[in-house]
Amino acid sequence: MALTFPFSAIVSQHEMKLAILISAIDPTIGGVLVFGDRGTGKSTAVRALAALLPKMRAVVDCRYACDPDAGNALCPDCLAARSGGKAARTSHLMPVPVVDLPLGATEDRVVGALDLERALSQGVKAFEPGLLARANRGYLYIDEVNLLEDHLVDLLIDVAASGENVVEREGLSIRHPARFVLIGSGNPEEGELRPQLLDRFGLSVEVKTPAGLEERVEVVKRRDAFERDPEGFTAQWKKRDEQVRRSIVAGRKRLAGVDIPDSARQSAAKLCMALGTDGLRGDLTVIRAARAYAALQGDAQVEDRHLRTVAAPALRHRLRRNPLDDSGSSARVERAVSELFGD
Amino acid sequence: MNGDAATIAALLAVDPVGLGGVALRARAGARRDAWLGLLRGLLPPGGTMRRVPLNITDTALLGGLDLGATLQAGKPVGLKGVLAQSDGGIVLLAMAERMAAGAAARFCAVMDTREVAMERDGLGTRSPARIGVVALDEGASDDERLPAALMERLAFSLVLEEAGEEEDHLEWSHEEVTKARALLPRVRADDAVVRALCAAAQALGVDSLRASLFALQVARVAAALAGCDAVKEEHSALAARLVLAPRATRVPPPPPEPPSADEAPQEGSPPDQPDEPPAPADPPPPRGEAATEQDAPAPPQDDTAQMPDTDGGSEMGERVLEAAQAAIPAGLLAALKVAEGSRSKAPSAGRAGAAQKSQLRGRPIGARRGEPRAGQRLNVIETLRAAAPWQRLRQGQQGAESGTQDGKRRIQVRKDDFHVSRFRQLGQTTTVFVVDASGSSALNRLAEAKGAVELLLADCYVRRDSVAVLAFRGKETEMLLPPTRSLARAKRSLAGLPGGGGTPLASGIDSARALGDQIRRKGETPLIVLLTDGRGNISRDGKPGRAQAAQDAMRAAQELRSSGMTSLLMDISPQPQPQAQLLAREMGATYVPLPYAGAQALSQAVRAVAALSAKAR
Repeated sequence: MALTFPFSAIVSQHEMKLAILISAIDPTIGGVLVFGDRGTGKSTAVRALAALLPKMRAVVDCRYACDPDAGNALCPDCLAARSGGKAARTSHLMPVPVVDLPLGATEDRVVGALDLERALSQGVKAFEPGLLARANRGYLYIDEVNLLEDHLVDLLIDVAASGENVVEREGLSIRHPARFVLIGSGNPEEGELRPQLLDRFGLSVEVKTPAGLEERVEVVKRRDAFERDPEGFTAQWKKRDEQVRRSIVAGRKRLAGVDIPDSARQSAAKLCMALGTDGLRGDLTVIRAARAYAALQGDAQVEDRHLRTVAAPALRHRLRRNPLDDSGSSARVERAVSELFGD
Repeated sequence: MNGDAATIAALLAVDPVGLGGVALRARAGARRDAWLGLLRGLLPPGGTMRRVPLNITDTALLGGLDLGATLQAGKPVGLKGVLAQSDGGIVLLAMAERMAAGAAARFCAVMDTREVAMERDGLGTRSPARIGVVALDEGASDDERLPAALMERLAFSLVLEEAGEEEDHLEWSHEEVTKARALLPRVRADDAVVRALCAAAQALGVDSLRASLFALQVARVAAALAGCDAVKEEHSALAARLVLAPRATRVPPPPPEPPSADEAPQEGSPPDQPDEPPAPADPPPPRGEAATEQDAPAPPQDDTAQMPDTDGGSEMGERVLEAAQAAIPAGLLAALKVAEGSRSKAPSAGRAGAAQKSQLRGRPIGARRGEPRAGQRLNVIETLRAAAPWQRLRQGQQGAESGTQDGKRRIQVRKDDFHVSRFRQLGQTTTVFVVDASGSSALNRLAEAKGAVELLLADCYVRRDSVAVLAFRGKETEMLLPPTRSLARAKRSLAGLPGGGGTPLASGIDSARALGDQIRRKGETPLIVLLTDGRGNISRDGKPGRAQAAQDAMRAAQELRSSGMTSLLMDISPQPQPQAQLLAREMGATYVPLPYAGAQALSQAVRAVAALSAKAR
């Protein structure tokens, strides 16, 4: 696999980086949608994530990378092994999967299908897991998510909600865990996302081209340095990436212990009411994201400033849409935030 | 051959992957072929040039299962797609201006990652695909342009006029290009160059940072082509001219004096190497702009150690910008015109994309897995193709189940194999009637409006269009008829429509837009026909009040316009109302006053608008 541009070397784009880190600390928040101008490093940031994440423990030889400590959320293979009373399954550390879902992927590769090779050569009916299986416990990345074929979108909406992939095809009947963090990126000019899919993303980030000359020069310089000498450049940033990785690990440890005072819950609820978001998913996401952010920052409890920071990414895609301007929703969230917390 | 054209060919041949490629706007003809021939001649040995047709299937493009080989070998054999086969070469995109956004995105992904990630037909592979792209754009007007995402990833954009004037044949030899390719990794570009290019990009309103990166790489390649191991000013000037100028979205504030020879004395530092030979990358003075062109690469200057200020006012920055600005005024102006044209559409760009996407559904996209239902047709070939690899397995299974040889079918096709064809849907239109059934309208001519709608319904029936009817009165909008083709139902729903109550105009427009969105998502085209007198008195939140209601209605109308749906406003008040006219303007709707139009005329008006919107597609 080719080297990827180091995460810590990405210039500015703080909101995008923060959203990605928050989702790494608390995957239950439910994915990140990155929408924005062309040439702003959307894909770069997501691809950099793979190299950044701390490794995870998984059952050896499990095709779904099951967590050995998980209760019942295991794949059929692991469940069978456990009920069969086999000796303790060995586990190993493996990199967190960041799986690309390329446009033009066929349905059978996404959900999994009959193993062609074994069917042809041995005449055996075996299931070959697809991308959803590979993304289990990791990330599923869709670039140009707004251009994804509709039938694949339908499929994703279903799996992303249930965390389980049900395969009923070619005489197979299989269900396996498929819990992944969905990351999508795209350019809003090329089309919009179906509301149902939009709702599956916990956080949504808007990226813009950096306006300042200094920033732009820095971006070009770093990218150029990377293109010319990927190994050297990556080595140069290794330390910084390591720091980020440590902060993710520390944040995950701290997460459960972060206290959410009732006042924070109330603030979140007020915010959502002021913005008129549909359903309660907005409230939940704001609270969860604020907690993860507090954990990332090393704070013991959720405070207003955490809520302030995560309000826009957690809520802007949940507002009733105003097709007149897309930037409007960010401004609306900001207004509501400053009304609630004061300036 | 135009100097720039030859330069671009040489630059691209040195580093096709790093530069992405070129958008070549030219008619098919001798000049285009000559340019392509030039480029082909400069490519390294083994560098292929593959032509990709517009409607290439995903299997052919990205790869898939090689059915013949698979069946023969008894194990899955992958087939490399064109992109993976072209690794290290150039891909020619035919008729790229008609490419859909989804198809372009596949190319973009490959150009970004430099590999083909293929997840198809039970195979998952990654194969390297370092390609340069020559997008052949035969667009006749500025409306037909390459998909923006693809354009963004091509360093150059080149226009070849058919009637080419006689120009110098300044070309590069294969040896020079090969040498440059070897030298390229060693070419340095210091911070001043980066800064100058970024500043120029900013001044020209080029937002994407890819453009700046391309400019930097072009400068470097130009230096390599000139045999220099460091980027000099003329190289950055060339890069700015070739890469940044065509992308300019604004003309930078004009300098106090015209960009001409008197620029040189103004600069503090005297040229360090006055006898620097003109770089070959410097194009020959072809036409009238000769004077400015020669001046553009101003006296070469050593690496400026001075710290330029933040707004890019460094001397180098200025001259690089100037090169972009002054060297090809014609090109810049043309580019600006195009850019402005596309920007004027910008407010609706998001929606335009959505429409494109639904259009994409209508394009022939081959077959997809699924059962034939709701009028879809089974694609026999694809179905057999899907079934073929499993035959051995199925034969075995069936043999085991039935235990006899007699019941064995030759070919076993199962439900999962079914593929249905997808056809181009020829602009299926759904007309949404939004009828104002409030008291004021009822007084006026609700009955007449109903008559007009009935006439239209008959017309829609003939064209097999669907219709939907919304009515607003009182406080809200009611869907009288979801999109249907049933004329009888439509008539019934209208006949039973009572009049009276307030006029929640904004609600009516909002509902029409929501329904229109739904229709679009199905891949059909909505046409909104609003029958009202334009005098709303119920605001969006259902409260009475004329001022707020009017404001809300205007806003709703603007939103409808920004969604890009074709609409028509029928004024059903006895006299044409300025309010209704204003509303029509805000909606971008065709305005038709009913007093002058009988039911017949109304039906004709809708037909005309529908035809217009069909043409626009």
